[in-house]
Amino acid sequence: MSTTAKPRVRVPKSVKRGEAFEIRTLITHPMESGQRKDDSGKTIPRKILNKFVCTLDGEMVFTAELAPAVAANPYLAFFCRAEKSGTLRFAWTDDDGTVIVEEAAVNVA
Amino acid sequence: MRGAKPTAALRPTRRHLLGRAAGLPLVMLSPGGAWADSGAELKQALAAVGKGRKPLSGRLKLDAPEIAENGSLVPIEVSFDSPMTEQDRVTAIHVFADGNPRPQVAVFRFGRLSGQARVAIRVRLQQTQELIALAETGEGNLYETRALVKVTIGGCGG
Repeated sequence: MSTTAKPRVRVPKSVKRGEAFEIRTLITHPMESGQRKDDSGKTIPRKILNKFVCTLDGEMVFTAELAPAVAANPYLAFFCRAEKSGTLRFAWTDDDGTVIVEEAAVNVA
Repeated sequence: MRGAKPTAALRPTRRHLLGRAAGLPLVMLSPGGAWADSGAELKQALAAVGKGRKPLSGRLKLDAPEIAENGSLVPIEVSFDSPMTEQDRVTAIHVFADGNPRPQVAVFRFGRLSGQARVAIRVRLQQTQELIALAETGEGNLYETRALVKVTIGGCGG
């Protein structure tokens, strides 16, 4: 089963130096909990995104360790502070080892 | 029942209910099986984060709906009142649920560039239960807060 997760990220067009701004992320993923059973009564194996990391020019901004109790199509909104313009990198890690990466620019006005 | 003295055993329950959930139906008094099962695991998980520290109250906020119609998509927000400077910042917020098959929900960690300790996420809740948030500060303090969510339709499937 290949991963078809599609990330979407929202970052403000421009931000003020040193001031916190909100980043919103959403990624399509079933987050199969490992608790559900199929029609024949067999447990459907767990397959979730278990880790999310956001960095700015390589420095850690925010990370999240996710459990099966996180809803399908994980949504995360959090904050960041930037001293200068740079590149935000977002990475989601699947149970199968796949890493889905997205990038976005931060423009400090 | 008027005039009857409440038994000692009842008092904490009543106080708990009044403090946390004034007006909610008595459904809360009869926890389901899964609640009991994950209890030990939750205790362990909380202890693993707490490491013997006594949790403080205040500063940490856990926003969740009082009633969630659909347990498979419950929006929650955790935040910690902190300037997030080098001297005064929160390093991690842990979220647990006491009525799911497993107590873990998420762990959020904040770096120097976090700016503000506030995170919104959507979670699954199998039944009416309490969410527990623990925050660790850079100074090594532990904060705890809880929120009760009444779930109409459970969200774990199976």
